[in-house]
Amino acid sequence: MSQAAAAAEHVLGVEPAESPLTPESWGKLGMWVFLAGDAMSFGGLICGYAALRLGNPSWPVPSTILGVPFTAVMTFLLICSSVTMVKGLESIKHGNRAGLRKFLLMTAIGGSCFLGMQAYEWTHLIASGMTLTSKGLFGATFFVLTGFHGCHVFSGVVYLCSILGNASYYSADNHNSVEIAGLYWHFVDLVWILIFTFVYLI
Amino acid sequence: MDLAHDEPNYMLIFYWLAALTALEVGVTYAGLPKVLMIALLVGLAVAKAAMVAMYFMHLKFERTTLGLIALTPPLLLVMFVCITYPDTAWRLLAGH
Repeated sequence: MSQAAAAAEHVLGVEPAESPLTPESWGKLGMWVFLAGDAMSFGGLICGYAALRLGNPSWPVPSTILGVPFTAVMTFLLICSSVTMVKGLESIKHGNRAGLRKFLLMTAIGGSCFLGMQAYEWTHLIASGMTLTSKGLFGATFFVLTGFHGCHVFSGVVYLCSILGNASYYSADNHNSVEIAGLYWHFVDLVWILIFTFVYLI
Repeated sequence: MDLAHDEPNYMLIFYWLAALTALEVGVTYAGLPKVLMIALLVGLAVAKAAMVAMYFMHLKFERTTLGLIALTPPLLLVMFVCITYPDTAWRLLAGH
């Protein structure tokens, strides 16, 4: 490693890039590689759903069974939580630890509220007779897709709480872990945007 | 550490995302022809996803490597859909 690179590592706390293609943060690279794999999981489920639905002309119209306005509020809530996440990162980039704690807490609460609303939606649908085997494959695809996503949201809330618990370790010079957690949370939001469109609206 | 850049206007991105979400719900209930409705909804969803990826996930300001990693799953999934489409179409036509 060159002297300049060693000096940069000492100051920045991360190993600097050595070529244009080398990421500046190995942690971020790791998270992106994980998210690419996770995207393939969700993509496989969504494409499978699309193939099943396209091949079945008697597939029910989702907006006649599912509560679209309620889910639109859920989508809006998750978008708000993405904003609070990015505001939290912005805060710690400026050394504002209190701001980080505030926005991380808001993000975790937003995610928890989303899960609560999802649980309410599921309860309502199950009480009205919708199960994994109802309406052909409609029930199965709906519960598997939204359930898989819900598990990701739950994991994300736990992840955010662990970052929140370690907030005192982060500073303007050391916030890579916060950014990495933010990547996961934004991914969860991004996937929901796609699920909302393909499962509820189309 | 990402490449040095001015922070994007996150609130502006939020307003756009909220507006596009409302537009999506409007398109669903507007009674448009099915093909037009699907094209609009897919376009709006892709636009929203791109905004989250580029600005909230900072892809716009990162090095090429992360962009290539992020682009790989959508490309592979489009290939997957194209590969399975003949089977899906046959099932639809044959009534299976």
